[in-house]
Amino acid sequence: MQEIFNIFIKSIFVDNMVFAYFLGMCSYLAVSKTVKTSVGLGMAVVFVLGITVPVDYLLNEYILKPGALAWAGAEFADVDLSFLSFIIFIAIIASMVQLVEMVVEKFSPSLYASLGIFLPLIAVNCAILGGSLFMQERDYQSIGQATAFGLGSGLGWFLAIVGIAAIREKIRYSNVPPALRGLGITFIITGLMGIAFMSFLGIKL
Amino acid sequence: MSAETKEREPLFSAKNIKLVTKPLNMDNPITVQVLGICSALAVTAKLKPAIVMSISVMVVLAASNVVVSLLRNGIPQRIRIIVQLVVIATMVILVDQVLKAFVYDISKQLSVFVGLIITNCILMGRLEAFAMGNKPWPAFLDGIGNALGYGLILVIIAFFRELLGSGTLFDFRVIPQSFYDLGYKNNGLMILPPMALITVGVIIWIQRNRNRDLIEK
Repeated sequence: MQEIFNIFIKSIFVDNMVFAYFLGMCSYLAVSKTVKTSVGLGMAVVFVLGITVPVDYLLNEYILKPGALAWAGAEFADVDLSFLSFIIFIAIIASMVQLVEMVVEKFSPSLYASLGIFLPLIAVNCAILGGSLFMQERDYQSIGQATAFGLGSGLGWFLAIVGIAAIREKIRYSNVPPALRGLGITFIITGLMGIAFMSFLGIKL
Repeated sequence: MSAETKEREPLFSAKNIKLVTKPLNMDNPITVQVLGICSALAVTAKLKPAIVMSISVMVVLAASNVVVSLLRNGIPQRIRIIVQLVVIATMVILVDQVLKAFVYDISKQLSVFVGLIITNCILMGRLEAFAMGNKPWPAFLDGIGNALGYGLILVIIAFFRELLGSGTLFDFRVIPQSFYDLGYKNNGLMILPPMALITVGVIIWIQRNRNRDLIEK
């Protein structure tokens, strides 16, 4: 239980998807112009990560890992299907995103309209695939740990995008040099936020 | 389809050469199109992984562009994203296996970022914007051009990060020992992720100062 909580907190603050690993930057930069759209996209990312990471964990554990197929029969114990990980993970992610898209369209058409193309683009958001690949690389020991990691990573990304959106809304009234306006200043601010998040590095529960 | 002219465009016509040169500056995938940021920041702590990553992206982008361009008239609208993803994923799996076989230590340094080429926005972006509507040879050149633009920025970022952060270039010590004896210390912050973001911000600043039409209103 302690380990699960540790992983959860770590993946929000210390291993933050945006500030430590730069995942999901494209939609992060494009959607963060207003806080409203950022909150919508952020929640969608939390949901997708929270589901795809545990599902991919199960797939990895029982089908893809070297020796994972042992339950199907002794002759399969040597099979290593991990090279198929990329395709299988992406397939799960694309299906989940399709599902989320349908749900959002039904329950909040205004959010659906304001997110536009970026909702289906969650499928190619590096943060989602990155979550599953990191889970595979770090070899978590139980589905509880995998879920904590997925939810935590999503929440970390959510924090990052809402934070930068709030700042971007404020600096619209600031005196930014013309060549830095828009993209340039956002990069620099994100860098500064990254340095701030580094202050969480020593946390251990 | 429509009335296609019988004379074929020369292989290296001005229009085709432009496909390769434009992404180097005015239409740079990272600083102008805002694609491919994730990997650009993550693998640039040293020059070697940055160059291996650029070459990998070039291979995947050029190959995927050609394949999708060849298939473009046969892909149904509804599943086109899935088809593109499958093409990209296949190429990436191939490149990943080659990297693991020939440059294993660098492949370990790149870790998940080789797999993340699949979600690298440059690939989906160029496939959707160009390969779906153009012939294979221009698509190939577009792929090469965008990958070169991407690689250029990666090399610039990695150059500064490695030089200032570790005092080396390509793992060769460049800053002489005498500097260290005088009290010079490597700027450890450069190796850390946030500085990569700030470096890109500065590159964009310089680029937009030199090309006034890139400035956002």
